[in-house]
Amino acid sequence: MNELSKALGGIPVELLHIAIGLVGLAAFVGLNAVLLVWMERKVAGHFQRRPGPFEVGPHGLLQTVADAVKLIAKQLFMPKGADRILFWAAPFLAFLPVFVTLLPIPWGDVIVAHEVNLGILLILAFAGLGVLSLCLAGWSSNNKWSLLGAARAVAQSVAYEIPMLLSLLAVVMMTGTMNLSTIVESQGSWPWLWLGAMQPFAFLIYFICALAETNRAPFDLPEAESELTAGFHTEYSGMGFGLFFLAEYANMIVVSGVATALFLGGWKGPVMDGPWWFLIKVYALIFAMMWFRWTYPRVRFDQLLNIAWKWLIPLAIINLLATAVYIKVIGLNLPMM
Amino acid sequence: MKERKKLTFWETVKRQWSLVVGLKVTGKNYIKPQITTHYPRQTVDNISTFKGHVQLVGKPKQPDVAKCICCMLCVTSCPSSCIKVVKMKPPKEDPIPEAAAPKDMPDAAQPAKQAPPKAKAPKTPVKWTLDFNLCSLCGTCVEVCPVKSIEYSNDSYLAGYSRKDFEYDLLADLKERAAKMPAPAPKKAPKAVEKETAEQAEA
Ligand code: SF4
Ligand code: SF4
Repeated sequence: MNELSKALGGIPVELLHIAIGLVGLAAFVGLNAVLLVWMERKVAGHFQRRPGPFEVGPHGLLQTVADAVKLIAKQLFMPKGADRILFWAAPFLAFLPVFVTLLPIPWGDVIVAHEVNLGILLILAFAGLGVLSLCLAGWSSNNKWSLLGAARAVAQSVAYEIPMLLSLLAVVMMTGTMNLSTIVESQGSWPWLWLGAMQPFAFLIYFICALAETNRAPFDLPEAESELTAGFHTEYSGMGFGLFFLAEYANMIVVSGVATALFLGGWKGPVMDGPWWFLIKVYALIFAMMWFRWTYPRVRFDQLLNIAWKWLIPLAIINLLATAVYIKVIGLNLPMM
Repeated sequence: MKERKKLTFWETVKRQWSLVVGLKVTGKNYIKPQITTHYPRQTVDNISTFKGHVQLVGKPKQPDVAKCICCMLCVTSCPSSCIKVVKMKPPKEDPIPEAAAPKDMPDAAQPAKQAPPKAKAPKTPVKWTLDFNLCSLCGTCVEVCPVKSIEYSNDSYLAGYSRKDFEYDLLADLKERAAKMPAPAPKKAPKAVEKETAEQAEA
């Protein structure tokens, strides 16, 4: 290691690793957003038995690129009476933590931007910042819809954070680590060797909370276009809006990536392990999210709190207790440990 | 707020099945073939069911002459006042006797003698225009016409640069349509009927 570091002119190898990882992630986030927006519109179209974007490029593949160019070229507006600093800080606050949450995600056996022993904790902590950005965006816009969206975002985070933590805790108990790579290592290649098979309730609770975390339907209360125009990002134009957009799609990758690593065996899969399995699972989960979006109506504020506090939290606690009792009394041997 | 029936724990759990049912419904539609027509490359084949702006109907034997008898019912009943009909002027024989008359006949006798030819004035319109900008496609004119001279067109491909483009001279439009069909009157009617019966059979 030291030799390599010397050869690179004294730059620590670990720093280089993170730098390369970040560049790779930035490229991936951009590319992924382009792909997912296209996918979202195509999927939406097919659910309504229409083709979706079709004219720009083969099957509308370049439509998102055209949209991105439009967004970048648009003028940035700020409403009268808005808080200048907070207003412009919010989109960055939404977008930048996403990189940190992407760092510990194990794409493959050795493809990790940065091994973090407390990976899950890091992701949860920085995902929490997303709510702050929504809150600031809504607060600083000087717009009633935005403010309502911000209030909803906060109420929503109160609802989903706790059951999410509890459901992940069950997995941490079983594997005894918060390192995502190690958790993947502890699972086998076949679906019945994945942790999701042993912890179906935890997986279910996590996935429901993940929908709320990413502000996806049926929990898209903060943007609720039919009641709040666009909620917290009503006043954002051009790339201000674009950054929120990028963050939303990157967040989808993060929550699906965590679900894949923790419950679906990560990069392990039947026949041949590898990063392709990780990507397939992540995009399958994202497809499921889109499917939910076109199936379920948006829940109301109090309904979300009811679901979370009356159902998910008790269920998560029972699940956690059962896991603890099982581990202590019967003992556990994970497939690969 | 309406009082809701309290559900027991198991009822609530059981009702979650409806979430799966919902997914099934949307999933099925996802797989089914699309029903959208890619317009410029494809066009729909049941355009005859489209009811566009109104148009005039020609006489069975003279397809380029409208059936209209200038009763003005459509003009007066149109809620948007978008129809203008101008009746053809009485024939030109009138002025000639009029010019000749004063020479030999006494003034008092004239009106009585000339009244009968005036009553025979033709009932064909010389101008029949529709301002489609105002039309609400309410269909009143179609229903009210005593000789069924108004029908809906299938003209769905409308685009124009100004309001003027939507002020239609329907008499000219009728002539144009008549000129396009080789043997219009006998052919057009059965064709429409055929299409309709075909559609009914399909349905
Ligand atoms: S459809 Fe109605 S609005 Fe249009 S011209 Fe006929 S009567 Fe007038
Ligand atoms: S109602 Fe029919 S006949 Fe009467 S003026 Fe209108 S088109 Fe002509």
